[in-house]
Amino acid sequence: MDALTIHRLHFAFTVTFHYLFPQLTMGLALLILILKTMALRTGNPHYASAARFWAKIFAINFAMGVVTGIPMEFQFGTNWSRFAKSAGGVIGQTLAMEGVFSFFLESSFLGAFLYGEKRLGPKAHWFTALLVFLGSWLSGFFIVATDAWMQHPTGYAIGAHGEMVLTSFWSLLLNPWLGWQYIHTMAGSVVTAGVAMAAVGAFYLLTGSHQEHGRTFVRLGVIAGILATVLMLFPSGDGQGRNIAWHQPVTLAAMEGLFTTEQGAPLAILGQPDMDRRRLDNPLVVPRALSFLTYQSWKAEVKGLDSFPPQNWPDSVPLVYYSYHIMVGLGTIFLAVLAIAAFRLWRGALYRSRPLLWLLMMMLPFPYIANTAGWITAEVGRQPWLIYGVMRTPAGVSAQVSSGNALFTLIGFLGIYTILSILFLFLVYREIEEGPERAAAV
Amino acid sequence: METIWFWLVACMLVAYVIFDGFDFGAGIVHFLVARTDAERCVVFSTIGPVWDGNEVWLLAAGGTLYFAFPALYASSFSGFYLPLMMVLWLLILRGVSIEFRNHVESPVWHPLWDAGFAIASALLAIFFGAALGNVVRGVPLDASGEFFLPLWTDWTPGQSPGILDWYTVLAGVTVLAVLALHGALWVALKTAGEVETRARRVAGRVWWGVLVLMNLLTVASFRVQPRLQASFVARPWGWVFPFVAIAALLTAAVMNYRLRERAAFLASSLFLAAMLVSVAFGLYPCVLPSNGDPELSLTIANASAAPYGLRVGLVWFIPGMLLTAAYFVYAYRSFAGKVGVEERP
Repeated sequence: MDALTIHRLHFAFTVTFHYLFPQLTMGLALLILILKTMALRTGNPHYASAARFWAKIFAINFAMGVVTGIPMEFQFGTNWSRFAKSAGGVIGQTLAMEGVFSFFLESSFLGAFLYGEKRLGPKAHWFTALLVFLGSWLSGFFIVATDAWMQHPTGYAIGAHGEMVLTSFWSLLLNPWLGWQYIHTMAGSVVTAGVAMAAVGAFYLLTGSHQEHGRTFVRLGVIAGILATVLMLFPSGDGQGRNIAWHQPVTLAAMEGLFTTEQGAPLAILGQPDMDRRRLDNPLVVPRALSFLTYQSWKAEVKGLDSFPPQNWPDSVPLVYYSYHIMVGLGTIFLAVLAIAAFRLWRGALYRSRPLLWLLMMMLPFPYIANTAGWITAEVGRQPWLIYGVMRTPAGVSAQVSSGNALFTLIGFLGIYTILSILFLFLVYREIEEGPERAAAV
Repeated sequence: METIWFWLVACMLVAYVIFDGFDFGAGIVHFLVARTDAERCVVFSTIGPVWDGNEVWLLAAGGTLYFAFPALYASSFSGFYLPLMMVLWLLILRGVSIEFRNHVESPVWHPLWDAGFAIASALLAIFFGAALGNVVRGVPLDASGEFFLPLWTDWTPGQSPGILDWYTVLAGVTVLAVLALHGALWVALKTAGEVETRARRVAGRVWWGVLVLMNLLTVASFRVQPRLQASFVARPWGWVFPFVAIAALLTAAVMNYRLRERAAFLASSLFLAAMLVSVAFGLYPCVLPSNGDPELSLTIANASAAPYGLRVGLVWFIPGMLLTAAYFVYAYRSFAGKVGVEERP
């Protein structure tokens, strides 16, 4: 394998593994804050113990997020030094701000939140939960801002030595790409957390243990999950789609598997991109729907891949197509299941409906898959560019780090993360098995 | 403007070394000061609620370094590729050792993570020391400001050095001793009874090692990097930093002997700060010296970001740091006093 491929796999693997943890903790920080708020308002110790249980799951996930997150910040320099050098004047801002504004906030108050419930009293403890929530959501903001700039660079100029120079701080932070992408990402995180909470609750109800907590978890998880899923679809998903149609039309064509430019373009539901014959095999399509969704007109022209030179296509069109379809397909299924669950909840019948509880429990892994697929769509869809329209991916790699050295560390990360996964599952399963009742305030 | 950022980044690194330094030190002396499982729990609880916040200084300093000196970040991180990756792996081992140790009560679970914590802490101290040694010695920068170092070559700091040579290994061992002292003084400050007595004794012994190694390293540094002497000759007021360091080191020993834990720990912190500032002063305005042609060195002028970005950065950085200081005051106040054997994180 050539060095470039290994460096790409290196980043892809470490970032995909890393994001399994923040996507839960960011959403969970919100749900824990809601539980703490309910505890404060009702004075019912039931909600405090529910929050305490999820705080333990949060702590394990947070630790995993921290130890796998440090390699992400390092890799800009270690594996992508040419990119780091060129773009540092711009994205150094957002990355440094993440450290200064969110990591210190999160880490300083997480200790107080996890170990200070007794000492701080209910109000101050609620406040630490709020600060942990703010810290983690700010962290998400700065990272998405960095990515949004790579997707749609704004507020920069090319300096004397070819490096990128920041010219407008506010256009970096108010990038038109950023708003929808941030809402979409954070809603995705709430879906993961909501479904995880509902799944654990459903597990308790189905196994006949911790009934009262099980009901609370299912209720909060389903309500948060359905609201966030709706938000993902509209307006944030729709807004993201329009941004892509406007600024990255070739990515849109790859996502939709549209090989030829058409007026009244169809929306592909299923099918396999055939890159040799440049067509979609075994297509199942909704006629004219893509034109309508993109431009609100059944007859609008949508540009297909044939409108762009192949060297500007994403270097793996099928991967972009599949990951996008997996994301949208799973999102649609979440919407259906959570809508039915929310309806049954409203009718007061959800806790007795075993098939639905089974479905909720089995849904646990799928938001992780959907979120990951969404990020693959965004990042592989951005290819062949590292910074869209400005820097191609091969130009950003660390030229002096050879493929053998990069493969050595990739294998190292594969091994270490395998062990971490086993440890993680073991510890989380123990907490779930122990249950929420035995967690006393500390 | 570049000078301001040079010193701001230096201050953040100093904060990192002082704060996370005592976490590392606690790990290094873990098995020396704590004999039983209960005592080891106590050592963990001296850093439990604060270690993560301390490690954030590394991330924030790294982020700020990247923001202010992108060319330095890009060049040094890719050039020190292999050792940095190993640092990452060790940080992972250390992080999970601290966080996961107290989740399971079992005679095989605790010793496993005790060992992980101690080994990772000691190796990280050596790695960070060697990294500092590499920066002082200089690296073979090419015309585009890039380099790549193998782990070792002929173990001498000549024209084609490796990451490890006798000088950087000496720096690594010295930092190991310095942080062991710092950590032992921290454990003495935060504990009572047997653990405190042992920590004090360990600190007293390690102190002699620090004294000898520091002298050796200082002499070696002036030989390996002539730039240091040039800086102190050109700006003689800079001698105040090494003298403060010597005074602080002596004070730490005296205060430890007189059972004044807080003063001893603060003196050790001052020693770390003064030593690092001496190094930064000696290298300034260079941020990564070339070991060949001095013209190829990375300096604050050719490695910094553009002026507009640096100016904007100052606007958010200062309030950000004030907030951070407030969080730290809060976190350490609510964690004040000695931790008892019965208290567990």
